[in-house]
Amino acid sequence: MAEEVTVSTAAVGIAQRRAQRKLGYHLRRVPPVVWLCGLIMVSMVLAAAFAPLLAPRDPFEQSLLLRLTPPSWLEEGEPGYLLGTDEFGRDILSRMLHGARVSLGIGLLGVSIGTALGSLLGMLAGYFAGPVDELIMWFADMQLAFPFILLAIAIIAVLGPDSGDLPIKLVIIVGISGWMTYARVCRAVVLTLKEREFVQAVNALGGSDGRILFRHILPNILSPIIVLATLDLARLIILESTLSFLGLGVQPPRPSWGGMLGQGREYLDTAWWLSTFPGLAIMLTTLAISRGGDWLRDVLDPTLRSG
Amino acid sequence: MRQFLVRRAFRAVAALWGISTIVFVVMRLSGDPVPLMLPPDAPASEIFRVRAELGLDQPLYIQYLVYFGNLARGDLGRSIHMRQPAMQIAAERLPATLELALGAFFLAVVVAIPAGLVSAARRNSIWDNLAMGLALIGQSAPTFYIGIMLILVMGLQLRLFPISGRGQGTWLELGDWPTMLSHMTLPAITLGAFTMASIARLTRSAVLEVMRQDFIRTARAKGLSELFVLVRHNLKNAAIPIVTIMGLQLGTLLGGAVVTETVFSWPGIGRLAIQSIFNRDYPVVQSAVVLVASFFVLVNFLVDLAYGWLDPRIRYA
Repeated sequence: MAEEVTVSTAAVGIAQRRAQRKLGYHLRRVPPVVWLCGLIMVSMVLAAAFAPLLAPRDPFEQSLLLRLTPPSWLEEGEPGYLLGTDEFGRDILSRMLHGARVSLGIGLLGVSIGTALGSLLGMLAGYFAGPVDELIMWFADMQLAFPFILLAIAIIAVLGPDSGDLPIKLVIIVGISGWMTYARVCRAVVLTLKEREFVQAVNALGGSDGRILFRHILPNILSPIIVLATLDLARLIILESTLSFLGLGVQPPRPSWGGMLGQGREYLDTAWWLSTFPGLAIMLTTLAISRGGDWLRDVLDPTLRSG
Repeated sequence: MRQFLVRRAFRAVAALWGISTIVFVVMRLSGDPVPLMLPPDAPASEIFRVRAELGLDQPLYIQYLVYFGNLARGDLGRSIHMRQPAMQIAAERLPATLELALGAFFLAVVVAIPAGLVSAARRNSIWDNLAMGLALIGQSAPTFYIGIMLILVMGLQLRLFPISGRGQGTWLELGDWPTMLSHMTLPAITLGAFTMASIARLTRSAVLEVMRQDFIRTARAKGLSELFVLVRHNLKNAAIPIVTIMGLQLGTLLGGAVVTETVFSWPGIGRLAIQSIFNRDYPVVQSAVVLVASFFVLVNFLVDLAYGWLDPRIRYA
């Protein structure tokens, strides 16, 4: 008896050590570039989370005397306005910090909607096959058949851009823009999973469809979903900022990176800092996310690799 | 082959039908467009008259059938602002968009394939790192940001290129080419940046993939020049993934034109759509969306055909 216990604790110890070694192995092999990407991501998230504390000024506070002031480190700059001011004399750094909340918030909410919707539909399509599958995949094909930005434009043209505090329409539009990718991948994985013994066993034991799908299949498709979601986040942040840039997304005076860039366009020849910094923020964020996502994909699920 | 054609054609038609149905649904979501079309003090009788004239007093399924009947004839109503058929206004702007998309595509291919080849041949050299670094930026920077930065640096600082509009003149007149080309340069780079980056990265990886094969070693062992091996033996075999992504990218270019045209005030259909949204000119927005989407479907259909022709193995898949 006592011997048995030692054996099993030893086995647990070995398994644990193996898991640790595996994690350590991956961590040691993280390339410096990926560390940098992680650092950028973490600082963006922190900037968004603590924007009200970090922002040196009120992002809506206007000052006619300080219109279009260059960044403080330039000759004509005004101390205290690190990245200069916009056409209403508002502090650009403060607006960018608050804009980070919009970009990351809408991106994350959109990814959640897309992931939930896409994986649910993909699982249903793969599991039930037949007409359910046909219908869902037909919708997916349809949405893939033309540029989503056109659909977004048509919807916003009719419904009008968001006016309230919460950009609900924008979140939904961004959210439904990418469900097809998740649906396709989940469907393909489920198609093979449902033939596996463990699923057949639950089925034979009388487990309901819901139980099979959510308790037994879902845990097995999480890693491709996580990889796709990471890569999708970058795309959604760009989509949001594109719509805001075109004046169809977040409405002024509310700060958003895309919107700031779009409004700064009018002053490009006199005040380059209006557009340059928000754009740089978008680019750094999406660059960090997609580079990090590529790495995550290679580690978690190399089969997803494609052009 | 015929089966393949029929299936692809069927899919294209289904996609067109789906798009126009979505446009119809979205249009009806907006509620009654009539008060928008009339002055605010229009009497109720006038509102009823216009509503009946547009068929908006009919049941929904009849409206749907009528909409399709009209759409088949290319009729999506009249522009609220310009008093012309909306489809005609949109169609007039299409050539400018196609010109820009083709320019961007041409530029992307011409730059990206040699860049990808050089990167693969001189792997981990400074050229490889430079090209792939730029490609990564091209893939992650938003289109409009690239455009704005090009305007700022190349247009406003260096004054190398005009920053807005399409050149005055035509492509048929050789004397007009300098102005046409100079107007097109910045928009084409902007629109093509993402495509260029994707093609370059893919070319590099496809060529590297082929480079490992035995027949390449044989070709080298025969003493063929490196350039000959690279282009004749390697690129030819790496062509299929490259052509595939080129096809996929053609469609992306049409969608991306909306943004690029807005940035550069290019008088194409994308800019028309955005302007019409702000003018609340819904028939024009719808026409533009339907037109671009149809073109996109058509291009994808043609790419599918070309794809099957390039690689017979795909034909019956």
